[in-house]
Amino acid sequence: MDKKLHHAIAEITEIASGFGLDYFPMRYEICPADIIYTFGAYGMPTRFTHWSFGKQFHKMKMQYDFGLSQIYELVINSNPCYAFLLDTNSLIQNKLIIAHVLAHCDFFKNNVRFSNTRRDMVESMTATAERIADYEMLHGKEEIESFLDAVLAIQEHIDPSIIRPKLPDYNLEEEEVETVRKTAYDDLWNIDQPANDKKSTVPKRKKFPPNPEKDLLLFIQEYSRELEEWQRDILTMLREEMLYFWPQLETKIMNEGWASYWHQRILREMDLTSDETIEFAKLNANVVQPSQTTINPYYLGLKIFEDIEKRYDHPNEEMKRIGIKPNSGREKMFEVREIESDISFIRNYLTKDLMKKEDLYLFEKKNGNYQITDKDYEHVRDQLVSMRVNGSFPYIVVEDGDYSRNGELYLKHGYEGTELDSRYLENVLPYIYQLWGRTVHLETYVENKLTLYSYDGKKASRSFI
Amino acid sequence: MRVSEKEEKQFVISQENWSLHRKGYQDQERHVDKVKEAIRDNLPELISEESIIMSNGRDVIKIPIRSLDEYKIRYNYDKTKHVGQGDGDSQVGDVIARGTEDGESGSGQGKQAGDKAGQDYYEAEVTIAELENVLFKEMELPNLQQKEQADITTDKVEFNDIRKKGLMGNIDKKRTIITAIKRNAMKGKAEISPLNNDDLRFKTWDEVTKPESKAVVLAMMDTSGSMGAFEKYCARSFFFWMTRFLRSKYETVEIEFIAHHTEAKVVTEEAFFSKGESGGTICSSAYQKALELIAQKYNPTRFNIYPVHFSDGENMTSDNEKCLKLVNELMEVSSMFGYGEVNAHSRYSTLMNTYKKLDNPKFRHYVLKGNRDVYEALKSLFKATV
Repeated sequence: MDKKLHHAIAEITEIASGFGLDYFPMRYEICPADIIYTFGAYGMPTRFTHWSFGKQFHKMKMQYDFGLSQIYELVINSNPCYAFLLDTNSLIQNKLIIAHVLAHCDFFKNNVRFSNTRRDMVESMTATAERIADYEMLHGKEEIESFLDAVLAIQEHIDPSIIRPKLPDYNLEEEEVETVRKTAYDDLWNIDQPANDKKSTVPKRKKFPPNPEKDLLLFIQEYSRELEEWQRDILTMLREEMLYFWPQLETKIMNEGWASYWHQRILREMDLTSDETIEFAKLNANVVQPSQTTINPYYLGLKIFEDIEKRYDHPNEEMKRIGIKPNSGREKMFEVREIESDISFIRNYLTKDLMKKEDLYLFEKKNGNYQITDKDYEHVRDQLVSMRVNGSFPYIVVEDGDYSRNGELYLKHGYEGTELDSRYLENVLPYIYQLWGRTVHLETYVENKLTLYSYDGKKASRSFI
Repeated sequence: MRVSEKEEKQFVISQENWSLHRKGYQDQERHVDKVKEAIRDNLPELISEESIIMSNGRDVIKIPIRSLDEYKIRYNYDKTKHVGQGDGDSQVGDVIARGTEDGESGSGQGKQAGDKAGQDYYEAEVTIAELENVLFKEMELPNLQQKEQADITTDKVEFNDIRKKGLMGNIDKKRTIITAIKRNAMKGKAEISPLNNDDLRFKTWDEVTKPESKAVVLAMMDTSGSMGAFEKYCARSFFFWMTRFLRSKYETVEIEFIAHHTEAKVVTEEAFFSKGESGGTICSSAYQKALELIAQKYNPTRFNIYPVHFSDGENMTSDNEKCLKLVNELMEVSSMFGYGEVNAHSRYSTLMNTYKKLDNPKFRHYVLKGNRDVYEALKSLFKATV
């Protein structure tokens, strides 16, 4: 088995290189099911300890034990790149997985969203886990757990921009607002009005932050008056981890589509026995299976990439006119995998024809049931795009860090037609309060009415503004 | 196997020994502990959960544990449009998944249970035994008196000690080996051999004598017309846990069920809980029946007797004096007399008013105002006398 596996990996690696896939050196680790599922639940082989990972692990492991689902692939964005193989995999299962993870690794290495991710994150997370374990010894498990509970509740609210200015050092002093004189003759224009220069130099409160701040985690880390040094340290580390995971949230459809395209393509080049071919076909069908109630990223991504290849291999007249050469499909695919993320990928390459062929639709809850409500191309596409905005999380910014001049935190939800889950929100606000130490507000829309949720340390309230 | 240098660089396959990697299990354990904590914290709500009382002994029940959700700021699933995929002939209007009942409330406050369309709502599976463990820790049969010792003592042999001397047949192999390894390790090599006489460890037993008490509970319930669905439900959940408590805690506990309205009957457990009759209320009829039962079957010299009566307190006024007299009679032969009154609206209760005159440590009562009070009533009626 080991010899065969080694041989298969060598062959697949060679084919992949031949296709132009460009990946980090690979480290394949063969391990038992509970280990794979541990890594799957934590997202990393080594991560800090928290009950929510245990819950996730239990859920995944149970589904595996009941034969309901199986992790096919587990690959870490790192250099060298770690991929984990289940010790009960058949040879053909391993072949599929290895081809699949090579393509993932190529994506990690070349997609622009990943250009800032730390490739030494395995080591970094190990260090984080150790630091947090040390803090547990110092401050007690309960204390750390309660703090982690709070941070994990808002961990997605960071600013993952590739190029991002540092959080400015806000000056909280009040400042004079000067009347601006553009030219020496400005006064002339106001010559027949009473002099009111003095009024406009009344001290005005400087906005804090000057512009709405997307990075809630960073803002709290820098400006909360509540936090101890070790708490700020944990916040920094968890934010680093989130920044590392973020590009994976943003490119789920592309990344899985790319990997699925290549595992199919690479295995087609290999000499499989007829038994292997059948098993492969079954496995592949399992992975890329469309669903009525959700989008399977493997399937949709695969279909879009295949469509790109076809259209750019056989461009129509219009495409030719703008200079697209026949048989440029593969080249185009490599370009797309480098520069797009899910949002632009869908907006640019999910065509009307493809959507019709794939029978995509919108559904929503009507009269107690989930019903198909719309099949219009633009509506479906736009909804797909809008649900991918901000990694599928609601967009929240810090509007005011000194609300009511009382150090209260005023957050604002960038409402674009989709309401928040108010029960969840009311449970998250106490966590933010725990981190900020003063009353926390969040502005959003409920049934088209501007609504303010608040939590003052004792009770949650909701009011229309 | 020879591998070319280039291949070697490109990939490495390895298989470590992962058997010491327990992280997932450790955190799973912590999660389980948190579920248990949540159960403890929510005990008053949980024990009057309908799904438990109606479970008819089904062992695993699902109860929602809200505090263990991982809360995030997230979208309201039911007010969002989603994208799905058909097999080519989907039409606007097609139903693709069934919703839940309460989804149409519109206020955005819906507490939707998990359904097909991907809701994540944490439901813990809890066995009744687990709930019992937590609940019964807080309960005790009061005034337990030893009766007719000869009949009710048990001798038990418990292996609970380890000694250096003993019978060869009782040798504790594991401990013997560990001792040998430890001793050898101190000399530098952690091995089993040589094994000295000094390493031998034996299991040794103690004889334990435990007096066992016999008890009988006389469960009495008002099944008259004035007992509405809520009152009956409270009484029902109380008796549900009471019977479970007694049967789990003491091996020889008998229970008699007496249902009454204007007259009382001894009924089966099943009939007792599902009985519904109309008519007035004469509580003394039940007490009379209880006294008869004691005279016939449960000699107070041999049994600890626990009569417990549930009612809404609406007794015929003329009957109250008789009740008082009979309760006193019952208490003479009983360890405790329990009275639970289900009275959600704090009505004036003639029966309760009469019982207020009772000043006897054996008399215990509790007024239940809501579901949650079943828990308090259980604790209050079944607490050890100080």
